[in-house]
Amino acid sequence: MNLNLEKIIKEIKNYAGTNLKIMEVCGTHTASIFKNGIRSFLSPDIKLISGPGCPVCVTPATYIDKAIKLALKPDCILLTFGDMMKVPGFEKSLSEAKADGANIEVMYSPQEVLKKATSNINKTYILACIGFETTIPAYSLLIEELDKNRITNVKFLTALRRVIPALEFICSTDSEIDAFIAPGHVSSILGSEVYGELASKYKKPFAVAGFEAEHILIALYDLLKQKEKCKYEVHNLYPSAVRPEGNITALQHISRYFTPGPAYWRGIGFIEESGLYLKEKYRKYDAGSFDISDESDKLAPKCRCGEVILGKINPDECPMFAKVCTPVKPKGPCMVSTEGTCGIWYRFS
Amino acid sequence: MCVALPGKIIETDGTNGKVDFQGNIVNVNMGVVNAQVGDYVLVHAGCAIEVMKKEMAEEIIELFAELENLHNES
Repeated sequence: MNLNLEKIIKEIKNYAGTNLKIMEVCGTHTASIFKNGIRSFLSPDIKLISGPGCPVCVTPATYIDKAIKLALKPDCILLTFGDMMKVPGFEKSLSEAKADGANIEVMYSPQEVLKKATSNINKTYILACIGFETTIPAYSLLIEELDKNRITNVKFLTALRRVIPALEFICSTDSEIDAFIAPGHVSSILGSEVYGELASKYKKPFAVAGFEAEHILIALYDLLKQKEKCKYEVHNLYPSAVRPEGNITALQHISRYFTPGPAYWRGIGFIEESGLYLKEKYRKYDAGSFDISDESDKLAPKCRCGEVILGKINPDECPMFAKVCTPVKPKGPCMVSTEGTCGIWYRFS
Repeated sequence: MCVALPGKIIETDGTNGKVDFQGNIVNVNMGVVNAQVGDYVLVHAGCAIEVMKKEMAEEIIELFAELENLHNES
């Protein structure tokens, strides 16, 4: 019989083997899993665990504080993606700071700053640069434009994060995860081959998946089959958008402007080589991104976002979830973003 | 945050272009893709990050065949 979706769902539903914990790394996958009711198709022996794939959630509180400090300077304007507005800093969020008079504007694309900066040369525009590899080319393309046009009144406050060191951290510190659904659009940049070393070193199968329900079901089926046959391979199940080698032009562009370094992940701690920072040659564009990560960046008391991000607990196991921590008044970073695990659970479960 | 949406290129000079998202025309930076007018690109934060190679329906059918092959289904 030819394989089809019906057969795949049947296999996933009827799976009866060793308990499997499968991590979907990307927040967009988590949202799709809920929206499409995919958990209802799972055998009781399969548990889906949400991973650290929301850059908003892992941005340190000290970063928010620094961004606010810059936005309060009379000659500075902070540009940020809307997702960041409600993330709590130590004292307040960007949204609260804006209400108190800080100069903060929401952007759709970093490219918007080019027009603003050239028409307001007396202002300094600070870009709140967060994101994984999917977003980083947008920043490197902007630096290229700034450099070419000698625009000097744009600075970058970066909290850029790399997915592979975070996955290595999870694999090396927590052996409970059996398999991974690798993030689709991060993989458009990184490629699928990049997970091969982790798969063989830690004996964890990886499936690179798109974001439709069919993509996720196909990835789950593949991971079950790989586990059954003790295969620890990487299968690219999103070939329309992911090449084995990734987007080489984008990768070269990123490495022209950024270099890896240690970075602090909110709720997790420092992970070596997991951040990207402006290279020495382009440091003139930096707004002070190097002293952001520090150990004093504590979560709110009782907040268990760190364990949620690492997939150790589900959001509803946190005592604050849906009680004092809600999307309207988030206490922890995972409740803030539309792709934060707690926010998704609150809205869909 | 890492959501990227596919849209059709209606204009490009290789560096900048216009992409049609079901009637909404958006300016997009084309600096890291090699794409032509008529191609579908994945766009994230105003930047095209990859050229889409196939329609989703076509991709899913091909994936069924590939998985059968990978896992020796019959």
